[in-house]
Amino acid sequence: MHSLDTAFFAISDPTRRAILARLTSGEATVMELAEPFSMSQPAISRHLKVLEGAGLIERRAEGTKRHCRLQKRGIEAMEQWLEMMHEAMSRNYNRLDGVLATLQRETRKGRQR
Amino acid sequence: MSKLTITTEGDRFVVVKRRFAATPEQVYRAHTEAALIKQWMLGPEGWTMPVCINEARPGGKIRYAWDNGKGGGFSLTGEFLELVPFSRIVHVERMHLPDPTPDNHIVTTFTADGDGTQMTMRMTLPNEEVRAAILASGMEQGMETSYARLESTLFGARS
Repeated sequence: MHSLDTAFFAISDPTRRAILARLTSGEATVMELAEPFSMSQPAISRHLKVLEGAGLIERRAEGTKRHCRLQKRGIEAMEQWLEMMHEAMSRNYNRLDGVLATLQRETRKGRQR
Repeated sequence: MSKLTITTEGDRFVVVKRRFAATPEQVYRAHTEAALIKQWMLGPEGWTMPVCINEARPGGKIRYAWDNGKGGGFSLTGEFLELVPFSRIVHVERMHLPDPTPDNHIVTTFTADGDGTQMTMRMTLPNEEVRAAILASGMEQGMETSYARLESTLFGARS
């Protein structure tokens, strides 16, 4: 089980985010991934290792080529966490709307007295 | 229903905004009086808040605990640094899961906006992992198609 912290650390780097972005459109080789960056293949491989360690991508060898693709589970866990946060806050504030409406009614009543 | 937005500001701040149809005084009270906080700061459906201590004065303590009714839950502690009724609250908080998360420094402001109040919560997240969690929302263009749901979550498209 990869921790969410590791996943979030992995995506804190812009190069790694760009790599993930590229992989959303499908599998790619390490060479293809290195292309858009002015980076050596070993440098890209280090980033890939971090992403793999965080459970966000998986790598497989096919002959001499190494292919990378997104690992759904890691990405989903992250998405769930963010969604939970937004959900919880939305629910809280929607409830607060109700609490405030009650406060306002009380204020109005107070004024009428 | 008003829209909740969560956005990043530079690489240090996460900004949460929400407008309320009430006066700044009412919204401020709802953030500083335990009896009111208990009514709304409950999180997911089915959760309760058995502990709600809010000493709204500089140096005052915050202690909240939530319970999901199924043996799960977590708590939050914090301290108030500055309070300006009814416009500004500065405090630090950390969650206990059960290990404490790094301190989150939060400045909350309430500004009159027509007949309502605009709340802005600016959080400074010192920890890279925590910050990166939010930065995930800023994932490069390509992520958009595959992860539209993530974005709509963060930018409140569904709220």
